[in-house]
Amino acid sequence: MTAVATAYETIIGLEVHTQLTTRSKMFCACSADYSGAGPNTHVCPVCLGLPGVLPVINERAIESIVMTGLALNCQIAPFSKFDRKNYPYPDLMKGYQISQYDLPVCHDGWLEITVGGEHKRVGITRVHMEEDTARLLHRVDASTGEGYTLVDVNRSGTPLMEIVSEPDMRTPAEAREYLVRLRQILRYIGVSRANMEEGNFRCDANVSLRPVDAPEYGAKVEIKNMNSFRAVHDALAFEVERQARLLNAGERIVQETRGWVDESQETVSQRTKEEASDYRYFPEPDLPPMRFNEAYLERIRERIPELPEARYRRFLELGLSDYEASTLTESRDRADYYEAVMHALNVDRQRAAKLAANWTLGSVAEWANATGNDVASIPVSAERLAELIQLAEDGTITGTVAKQVFDTMLESGRGARDIVEADGLAQVSGGDELTEIVRKVISENEKAVGDYRAGKESAVKFLVGQVMKATRGRANPQVVQELLVEELG
Amino acid sequence: MTAELWRLTAHEAHEGLRDRQFTSVELTESVLARIKSVEPRVNAFITQTAELAIEQAKEADAKYEAGAATPLTGIPVGVKDLIVTKGVRTTAGSKILENFVPPYDSHVYEQLRRAGAVMVGKTNMDEFAMGSSTEHSAFGSTRNPWDLDLVPGGSSGGSAAAVAAGECLVALGSDTGGSIRQPASLCGVAGMDPTYGRVSRYGIVAFGSSLDQVGPIGRDVEDLATMLDCIGGHDERDSTSNPEPMPDLRHYLGREIEGLRVGVPKEYFMQGMEPGVTTRITETLALLEDLGAVVDRELSLPSTEHALAVYYLIAPSEASANLARYDGVKYGYSYQDGSSMWENMETTRGHGFGPEVKRRIMIGTYALSAGYYDAYYKKAQQVRTLIHQEFQEAFKRYDVLVTPTTPNVAFPVGAKLDDPYQMYLNDIHTLPAAVAGLPALSIPCGDSDGLPVGVQLIGDFFQEGKVLQAAHALERGMPWANRLPQL
Repeated sequence: MTAVATAYETIIGLEVHTQLTTRSKMFCACSADYSGAGPNTHVCPVCLGLPGVLPVINERAIESIVMTGLALNCQIAPFSKFDRKNYPYPDLMKGYQISQYDLPVCHDGWLEITVGGEHKRVGITRVHMEEDTARLLHRVDASTGEGYTLVDVNRSGTPLMEIVSEPDMRTPAEAREYLVRLRQILRYIGVSRANMEEGNFRCDANVSLRPVDAPEYGAKVEIKNMNSFRAVHDALAFEVERQARLLNAGERIVQETRGWVDESQETVSQRTKEEASDYRYFPEPDLPPMRFNEAYLERIRERIPELPEARYRRFLELGLSDYEASTLTESRDRADYYEAVMHALNVDRQRAAKLAANWTLGSVAEWANATGNDVASIPVSAERLAELIQLAEDGTITGTVAKQVFDTMLESGRGARDIVEADGLAQVSGGDELTEIVRKVISENEKAVGDYRAGKESAVKFLVGQVMKATRGRANPQVVQELLVEELG
Repeated sequence: MTAELWRLTAHEAHEGLRDRQFTSVELTESVLARIKSVEPRVNAFITQTAELAIEQAKEADAKYEAGAATPLTGIPVGVKDLIVTKGVRTTAGSKILENFVPPYDSHVYEQLRRAGAVMVGKTNMDEFAMGSSTEHSAFGSTRNPWDLDLVPGGSSGGSAAAVAAGECLVALGSDTGGSIRQPASLCGVAGMDPTYGRVSRYGIVAFGSSLDQVGPIGRDVEDLATMLDCIGGHDERDSTSNPEPMPDLRHYLGREIEGLRVGVPKEYFMQGMEPGVTTRITETLALLEDLGAVVDRELSLPSTEHALAVYYLIAPSEASANLARYDGVKYGYSYQDGSSMWENMETTRGHGFGPEVKRRIMIGTYALSAGYYDAYYKKAQQVRTLIHQEFQEAFKRYDVLVTPTTPNVAFPVGAKLDDPYQMYLNDIHTLPAAVAGLPALSIPCGDSDGLPVGVQLIGDFFQEGKVLQAAHALERGMPWANRLPQL
């Protein structure tokens, strides 16, 4: 291997297509939630593109894209319109896609990312509205070995938002972080499920290299077919290396579209620029242009919840660590749950912030991970969890017991106080009962007692453990140790 | 009287039905018999729906019995074959849709059915409404009932010929650049292209989406008003449909036109116009003056001459996208013997579309292509705005504009088939109002050597009432509705 001759700067821009979670499709009344439905069951003359049909704009979808634009610090166009994008393909029912060309709803925004402690703004070029296509299922006839293709029109006409970034990212890690942040915002404002694996959040990447300090961009390559954040990262990393190798070998980069192949972990050429289509865009005559006035924007603005970045900063001010604040704000559900627990606790503010964080990131997160469910669907309400934490906090139960009670709450749906009382789990805090147990443990563990008396201080830990076991965790270990030392004289 | 009920206009028939002089079934049977007798010579229909018509006529009679009838209840109508009818084949005159049976109804057909109208068939037309002679139909050409060697005009030639021949009392057509008015003129019947947005386009097989408009064809002005009252009004399934409530258009009929301000644009009286047409229009203007209208013959609308170019860029551009869906994958004609998906799709279109449709798809595709868009499509839209503005200015000074509907009377079958430009010139007088989206109608105003001549009245946006008022007054001064061709 020869040493790398030139230092290159990587230029990355991303195009994200994300499905909106509106009830109906973009231009017809069909239900947009077709997950689990049989093929071609969520269809009507409009989304089938039958002769004579006309589109009608889904106002909820427009509200969603405007909200997205505002959350991404975009300008909202006062005047916007739909255009027809013409290309023939069997997944396109009308032979053209209703999309937006020169007047997108949102433009010129930005999104903040943090990589390796460095904050950076990635520009958002535009966010536009369009309709999704049908889904093609490629099959092979088992008897003849011939390929054929089935069309499922359920997805046809579902609202799709295209979010185009500026070429502001410089590493695959930044690209990945951009996607994480973008997904987080889309989920916070509730406009999209934004799940890449489910196919409702899709990403194409444009990547080029140029010698550091070069004034112009190099030829760019568009990468498609990436089905996870990891795939985006890996495909970009592969492509950066491939292009650097070619450039170092004195070759030119061909402007082209390449597909990521997960199995072989490489990109392969799909089509070059010469084969690029002319989409013959023109204004959609079936739809009137859209106008957004300040009053409309204000109404949408009022509905935007606190965004993750702001929430993160507020959580830091509560005294949480960077890890706690960022993990709690990863999803809106988790942050909401956390705050509800915190507000229900009857202890001082800082203590409440910490206790609620410990539980939300501890037992609650464990449940979510183990079951694969969202925090929002946990059977223990924030108020009930607060009641449990309160019992531990005022000494009614020990920390160990509290975790057991939480598990019982998950299983039974009963309240913490009820479980503690019915199961006799209140803390054994001294007195005759505990003294008796301590004496019993001393009498049953001669060896440890001998060790202790021989000067081996650590033996008392073993004895504490035995007492805790005997009380099923209900005793305060501090008190037990004091009692033991006293009894052992 | 039952012998020749097909001779009645819709409003005359309604009176007879209302007064129980005859039933809708009798009326419908009379029309069906007429169809049987003349249709082999006229070929106005692509699909006849005799059985359905009798069924609907029975329902209509029940409505009269129940006192729930409206002016169109029980009236036999023809429906242009690009108007989608659930369960009844809808071809748009094209081989590519020869087997297409829609699973849904168009708004206008729903409205007709709600009113209790009786559909006797789907009328012939130029393929996808592209043509001015109904010769560009995959189902044979329609003949002009006044002279079977002549064309009926187009693209709604089937509807106009059917009304003229008594094969239906009224009909629906569609107008993109003149497709209602021009055949109405050539067949000696009345036809109206309403304001763009007045009638819902939901369920109208699209040609030029920013121009297409459904309208009525009938024997007289009253029938136009009755039909438009029925089909017009807001429909939320068409985002370009006007949300304003529909005025009662029949209310405008029978009014005086004393003081009506009439503009006659000079540009519509061009070189090479048929002398008989000029004569009839001159007489019509004199009649308007006799009726008390103030006629200004010095109006100039200089953008008029550009309407043809504008139209033949915008309509084909929109059509090139609108017709992209016909690929044989989902419905209609489908070629399947190719070696690949692309070959099948391309051959489907190659075989399925006729030459005029292909010509327009190519023009439109070219006009929208990268590098040409600004020079063609965009420029055409800009000129369209100018034409629009010029009309708006004119309507500050005039209530109605009056012009010939066509520069000539009906021409022989085949005469212009090989010369698209001569064919396109047939619409020279109907294109400007279409491009501007204005309401315009044509009514017969006499004949030139025995062939009907039409006069066009153009109104301001959503002023159908005023146009109908003027036309109705004119019509009473030169009765035509009683004239039917000998067949």
